[in-house]
Amino acid sequence: ADIISTVEFDYSGDLLATGDKGGRVVIFQREQESKGRPQSRGEYNVYSTFQSHEPEFDYLKSLEIEEKINKIRWLPRQNAAHFLLSTNDKTIKLWKISERDKRAEGYNLKDEDGRLREPFRVTELRVPVLKPMDLMVEAVPRRIFANAHTYHINSISVNSDHATYLSADDLRINLWHLEITNRSFNIVDIKPANMEELTEVITAAEFHPHQCNVLVYSSSKGTIRLCDMRSSALCDQHSKFFEEPEDPSSRSFFSEIISSISDVKFSHSGRYMMTRDYLSIKVWDLNMENRPVETYQVHEYLRSKLCSLYENDCIFDKFECCWSASDSTIMTGSYNNFFRMFDRSPRRDTTLEASREGNKPRAILKPRKVCTAGKRKKDEISVDSLDFNKKILHTAWHPMENFIAVAATNNLYLFQDKTN
Amino acid sequence: MFMRGLKRKCFDGEEDIEGTLAGIKAIPSYNLQRQSLLDMSLVKLQLCHMLVEPNLCRSVLIANTVRQIQEEMTQDGTWQMINTQSTGQAPLDRLVSTDILCRSSRDQAEGKHVPGYGTFNKDFESDQAQDSSETLSAASSVQAPRNLQSNVWEMENPQENKGNFQKSLDQIFETLENKSPNSVEDLFSEVDNSYYDLDTMLTGMMSNTKMGHCDSIETFSSPTNTASNSNCKSDLNELDHIVEILVES
Repeated sequence: ADIISTVEFDYSGDLLATGDKGGRVVIFQREQESKGRPQSRGEYNVYSTFQSHEPEFDYLKSLEIEEKINKIRWLPRQNAAHFLLSTNDKTIKLWKISERDKRAEGYNLKDEDGRLREPFRVTELRVPVLKPMDLMVEAVPRRIFANAHTYHINSISVNSDHATYLSADDLRINLWHLEITNRSFNIVDIKPANMEELTEVITAAEFHPHQCNVLVYSSSKGTIRLCDMRSSALCDQHSKFFEEPEDPSSRSFFSEIISSISDVKFSHSGRYMMTRDYLSIKVWDLNMENRPVETYQVHEYLRSKLCSLYENDCIFDKFECCWSASDSTIMTGSYNNFFRMFDRSPRRDTTLEASREGNKPRAILKPRKVCTAGKRKKDEISVDSLDFNKKILHTAWHPMENFIAVAATNNLYLFQDKTN
Repeated sequence: MFMRGLKRKCFDGEEDIEGTLAGIKAIPSYNLQRQSLLDMSLVKLQLCHMLVEPNLCRSVLIANTVRQIQEEMTQDGTWQMINTQSTGQAPLDRLVSTDILCRSSRDQAEGKHVPGYGTFNKDFESDQAQDSSETLSAASSVQAPRNLQSNVWEMENPQENKGNFQKSLDQIFETLENKSPNSVEDLFSEVDNSYYDLDTMLTGMMSNTKMGHCDSIETFSSPTNTASNSNCKSDLNELDHIVEILVES
């Protein structure tokens, strides 16, 4: 129940939220720099923990609804409180996280312990006084957006207008206003009239970071559709269609499965987007639909193992990906607690491992290598020794600094650039 | 003599006999490995998490894989048909489908309350009721249609198009067709469903003419027969039924 299922920095990078399989949200806050402990800058400590979603039971279908948090997205800061959206398979909730470090004392109608005072005992009126107290962080659900999704929600994305957001499930995408919970607009619907004809599902969706009318969604067939909400109310007709032609020489029975896109992310600049499929990451220029501008192989050595990975279901693992603050580097996870970083220009890639063994805090990570051919060099790991239960599906990059969060099953690792 | 004939047809004389042997061993291996993949996929579709709604993306991807295998088998399934088909078999096929459908509806009529399955989706219960035992035994549910009849692989599409199969393998099939059934059965008699060979076979099959793993043919132990391939049709009918249930839930 403690398996981390999503990781997300807020807009400032000072808060880091994680959601887990048990429906809990844990928020970490960055320590402020202090003269006494210069090393403490960069440490994140627990700020708030709360139960976001509970398991539910759908009586109509006789099925459980998992409480696992699929995604967390922060809202841009508007006042002293922090707001985030968290979602499970069916319901999205808007949480307000606020600090309280003062307490009012001297109420007229109730005692200090909260009991109501007898009215005849109130002989004079007094103004309550604010007294300092230990910092308390409380999380309160402010909105609950429910009953809008028949299928499992896989994505939520806050719009750049800061007023609306989208939620996407396997077949539909809905548009919400943050203030309105009893109504949402369906903007994409790919459900066929006859469900037996279903061959493609929506796997991820995101709003453009600057253009509030543009969104993209990816599919299980490896395609991405860009929609413009200005062109029509229902965006079933895409404005742009991104698909790379298949390489006929590498076709196999698993071609479609490994082409299924597990994550799509716009670059910070808004000029590019990145898609993650099972074996690779592709960077697309939004102005060019017929092929990606860059392709990075994440773990090509798995291509010859696809049947085993199909048998043990690992081929269906959904890896996420993320951009660095300047869009110069992209990162994604792999197996054996490895994660990969790709510098885009000049091209360079690194494999690192998130594990406690041999890694003391603040020690520099040693690059790892997986060997595919027979002869294994020292420090290399052979493909057959990889632990496929240790998968890094969720990673996040600080919005401004070279600081990353990597979720390895039920552990969260934080790494920073050694030049910091 | 058998091999010499093949050598002349498939290869330009450059390959040695061992290469030809490897070529022969590749054929049953590919078909039976493809059959294994089909079986695995059917099992995966049936063995969904019963308490929570199954992952639709995963189900759709598996169903698409099965459809792809089905299409390919339909295209070169005619290769299996050599001496077994007559139009009289066709009605049997329809009987089979009806039987499967009747079985599920009959079990529904008998009542769905199997202990331990109380919270299950009603649609899945009809699937599970097909099994003889109370525990969900996917293997038995896949086996069941096979036992119902023998060869019902219909010659629906005698297409010119051989699919993606390599030309040399097609020629080998042609040669096999001209042989008596006994020799074909002998060829298939020592093949096994070995999943891990599937890796090198299926993922590398299109571009790779070297089937190195086929050296392990000695390790294949359990006998099978051509009938196992022909039983795909019933599997696929069952699959359509299952997919229909699956997506409607």
